[in-house]
Amino acid sequence: MSAEQLIPILASTVGAATPLVYASLGELVVERAGVLNLGVEGMMLVGAIAGFAVASQTGSLTLGFAAGMLAGMALSLLFAFLTLTLQTNQVATGLALTLFGVGLSAFAGREFVGTVVNGLKGVSIPGLSDIPFLGPLLFRFDILVYLSLALFVAMQWFLNRTRAGLLVRAVGESPQSAHSIGYPVILIRYLAVLFGGAMSGLAGAYLSQAITPMWVEGMTAGRGWIALALVVFATWKPWRVVLGAYLFGGVTILQLHAQGFGVSVPSEFLSMLPYVATIVVLVIICRDPKTILLNQPVSLGQRYHPDA
Amino acid sequence: MLKLEPRAEPSRAMAYASPLLAVVLTLVSGFLLFSLLGKDPVQAFTVFFLKPVSNAYGIGELCLKATPLTLCALGLALGYRANVWNIGAEGQLTIGAIVGGGVALWLHDFNNAWVLLPLMLVGGALGGMAWAAIPAILRNRFHTNEILVSLMLVYVAKLLLSWLVHGPWRDPQGYNFPQSPMFHDAAMLPLLAEGIRTNIAFVIALVLAAVSWVFAEKTFAGFRFKVAGLAPAAASYAGFSEKRNVWLALMIGGGAAGLAGIAEVAGPIGQLQPSISPGYGFAAIIVAFVGRLHPIGVVLAALLMSLLYIGGETAQIQMALPAAVTGVFQGMLLFYLLAADLFINFRLRWKPKPHAATTPLTVVAKEPA
Amino acid sequence: MNDRVSMPRLQLRGITKSYPAVVANDRVDLEVRPGEIHAVLGENGAGKSTLMKIIYGVTRPDAGEVLWEGRPVQIASPAEARRLGIGMVFQHFALFETLTVAENISLALDDRIKPAKLAPRIREVSEDYGLPIDPDRLVHSMSVGERQRVEIVRCLLQSPKLLIMDEPTSVLTPQAVMKLFETLRRLAAEGCSILYISHKLDEIQLLCDNATVLRGGRVTGAARPKQETAESLAKMMIGSDLPECHLDAREPGAPMLRIDRLTLKTLDPFGVTLRDVGLTVHAGEIVGIAGVSGNGQKELLAALSGESPAGKPETIMLGELPAGHLDPARRRDLGMGFVPEERLGRGAVPALSLAENALLTGSNRGMVQHGLIRHKVVRGFARDVITQFKVKARNEQAAASSLSGGNLQKFIVGRETMLDPKIIVVAQPTWGVDVGASMLIRQSLIDLRDRGVAVLVISEELDELFMICDRLAVIAEGRLSPAVPTSETSIEKIGAWMGGQFKDTKGLAHA
Repeated sequence: MSAEQLIPILASTVGAATPLVYASLGELVVERAGVLNLGVEGMMLVGAIAGFAVASQTGSLTLGFAAGMLAGMALSLLFAFLTLTLQTNQVATGLALTLFGVGLSAFAGREFVGTVVNGLKGVSIPGLSDIPFLGPLLFRFDILVYLSLALFVAMQWFLNRTRAGLLVRAVGESPQSAHSIGYPVILIRYLAVLFGGAMSGLAGAYLSQAITPMWVEGMTAGRGWIALALVVFATWKPWRVVLGAYLFGGVTILQLHAQGFGVSVPSEFLSMLPYVATIVVLVIICRDPKTILLNQPVSLGQRYHPDA
Repeated sequence: MLKLEPRAEPSRAMAYASPLLAVVLTLVSGFLLFSLLGKDPVQAFTVFFLKPVSNAYGIGELCLKATPLTLCALGLALGYRANVWNIGAEGQLTIGAIVGGGVALWLHDFNNAWVLLPLMLVGGALGGMAWAAIPAILRNRFHTNEILVSLMLVYVAKLLLSWLVHGPWRDPQGYNFPQSPMFHDAAMLPLLAEGIRTNIAFVIALVLAAVSWVFAEKTFAGFRFKVAGLAPAAASYAGFSEKRNVWLALMIGGGAAGLAGIAEVAGPIGQLQPSISPGYGFAAIIVAFVGRLHPIGVVLAALLMSLLYIGGETAQIQMALPAAVTGVFQGMLLFYLLAADLFINFRLRWKPKPHAATTPLTVVAKEPA
Repeated sequence: MNDRVSMPRLQLRGITKSYPAVVANDRVDLEVRPGEIHAVLGENGAGKSTLMKIIYGVTRPDAGEVLWEGRPVQIASPAEARRLGIGMVFQHFALFETLTVAENISLALDDRIKPAKLAPRIREVSEDYGLPIDPDRLVHSMSVGERQRVEIVRCLLQSPKLLIMDEPTSVLTPQAVMKLFETLRRLAAEGCSILYISHKLDEIQLLCDNATVLRGGRVTGAARPKQETAESLAKMMIGSDLPECHLDAREPGAPMLRIDRLTLKTLDPFGVTLRDVGLTVHAGEIVGIAGVSGNGQKELLAALSGESPAGKPETIMLGELPAGHLDPARRRDLGMGFVPEERLGRGAVPALSLAENALLTGSNRGMVQHGLIRHKVVRGFARDVITQFKVKARNEQAAASSLSGGNLQKFIVGRETMLDPKIIVVAQPTWGVDVGASMLIRQSLIDLRDRGVAVLVISEELDELFMICDRLAVIAEGRLSPAVPTSETSIEKIGAWMGGQFKDTKGLAHA
């Protein structure tokens, strides 16, 4: 395989991985705070259409991305209100969020089917992007690719080095203890859920404004669920989330290019790859129950109310 | 100020009232939504909710669409009672359609419906069960989460169907359309009456609802499900095997969804196509919850959901309302239900603001010893 | 100066707090002076913990006034309580197991100090008070006693003026209790006030200057414990004389339950591995297992109930039958009964009725026929349990969650008893249960023994074990001591064993 073939493949791998990085890093924080939000797919879809709609109306991609984040946050606020204030079941509410997001995005997007926006372009970093091979590979991505890596670094620092991060971890382990020593558990969880919503929304907007700059109903195609699986795969550690996202990005892109390499398998089977890979990866990680027991936030998915 | 207070015991009255409350709230929101869309809400309501059921054909359609929803939701509801979160009914439905439909295509010159139809139905159910067996095995052996696995398998199942109808099973005389040959008459489920499209599967769904009621309320296996769902530690203390529950729940769920799949292709569709369900398997999740995970509730909720589907189509044709409104309604309904459920365990009470009493009470209350 | 000393550090006036089902505190008054060790005495459910949470700002009172050093204050949060100089050591620790000691402590300090910078101070203070802890250790690797030290040191780092200790000795061996008392006396001598919450009369007599007695949420008396007798304090606490239960000497029968060299690695990363556990329980005897919680009790119980299978069948013998490989349902069929430690959620399903909770473990007693539930039989059985064990409940359709702790425990013990077991394993029979119900439960265990049932009791309450057991063993760090006749041992000896000092005695017992 020549460099001319390889570079676009590797570059598009990064593109495919980026929304997964955002969505799963967001969900990671939510889960570290002890909340399981299964609505990632729904929030991504709503973020995708909100971002696309605003970008195509205003012509500003920046506003589009902001709108995507806000839309994701709005949906996650609904989730937070139901699960944290009204104490509903997190699994059921998360499913409801996804179903609602699917419906809402299809409804809101009906006017936008078939239109396009000018997608987010890569930035050429002067000097660096002209280096042969490495230049086009590493230094011509769009700004959100770089930001996603910055987010990873920030997250690593936040969770392990800051008091606020320590608090998120503490709340995820024992909301009772956190409450006893005087921390506002519900508020902290609200903030975590909202952050997760913003990241999912951004991930969705990235799909509709960068990867395929248009709106298609259900265009996330299960990426929200894959993001959830990635958090498990990552055993709730940010660096493994990024690793996992890039592996999945690679699988997604490979199956697109496989036929180009003369692999004579029907395209449907190649398209199954990311989903099958998700299952395989889950099996590998969950096989030893200790892996999950040791890493999963202790209070994950459990209701908590200070008065109860 | 208004304060939420836990009730000493869950309210039975609210358990029944909260789905109704959720429906009312959804209707109110619908009213607002229609107004926002610049439609006359009264007219929209008529078209959406009354027109479709104003004649026999309409009621037949209502029952027809309620059939797969009921079947899928019955199985899901049993599982949810036991904390087994199968959300892949859509995929199990698809595989049910493939296997059952495969039987029909394979025996295309076999004309005895009495033999062929049962074979197809059993094939459909087995197909759904086989697909549901994957999350069951993986959860029991490798502790994987059945939510993610069953969901991933939806995509795999749909791609499999797509490959079949684009490739090996494509109708040679079908002008290259991605669809199988039409099933012959013996492979079609008999209709319940002239002039409607409702078929025998609706009756099967009702019978299964009754069976599932007996299972949930009268059998010890149903009790084990309930305990596993309400208090997993108590189930383990009592010696109820979690693995057995997982198997049973997923087999019932998969079988019922598979049945729904074959009933669709051997009913209103009549052949295999790339898309055989407008998301019945997902809508069934809402049906299961709105139906309170109770078989009778599931049938009622399925009829309601079916009305939303049909109403959406009618409204699109007659008033140019977007069909996607249906999806919004579905999601809203579930949200309102979850919120209304709060009042099963809590009640609203007017409470005066807490204040510091300034009169020191010096009298020490003494109880007679 | 005199004035300043006599000014109470903390005064509560008319504190009232009610929950939907119960008035937890009803016009409670309380006064603590600087340097005073003040006991709040009351049995389970008397409202002690609620009162302490109010003082520490975790819960807010519905009415009443709190005065701190003479001036009225509103303690809206634990942070405010800490600012005033109030520290609290929780009964169920407020610690995070996956974090280090330093991280835990830093979270509870209101000035933001990085855990790394905190470590030397933790070392210094903890050693100064004779409570050595390593700031870098993860809490889940520590014993309960060590965890309590972390909680105490966490308070000491803020030089508290008032320290609240909520039932601190339930997690300590008798020897460790004495060390704790030394620390508390030293703190009091330095001027710190101590509120000491307990239902253990002897400890209060030993330690406290003054006592406020609570019963049913109300103050029923004030006393100087050192001038009272245990009987008079008990009378204030429960409103009547302490009921007693009788244990007559009795020859034990054939061995019913034999545990032979049970070694069980735990799946739980924070659990305890059982090592070489051996024990025999005979028909007609009660054997008690003492020990500080978290030393393998949970794991032993799971191995006995069959929730974690013990591997080789011969490891656990029920009479002559190897049962180590059997699941809980099969062991029940062979005549085993269990009362687990957690009542709600394990022993009973909170949302289900008492009748349905009877079916939970009684299914092999004619309640199920051809896979169908015989609701009539189930309800009848539940009604019998309710009458015979004096369970206060609306009827058999009442939800388990609507019962008080003591009543639910009576129901669970009653259910297991009336299923006619040959062997019954009971964990923490009276944990969190009021005195009246405790005595009824203990007496019913003795009745079972007298009927020839083999009874195994796992409890953290030494007094209770000495009251009802024929023989006693101790579990420490997953190892079980030899079982000795209760009449031939003493609280001191069992206490020493609880610290793990029985390994050398083992050879002796075998010899």
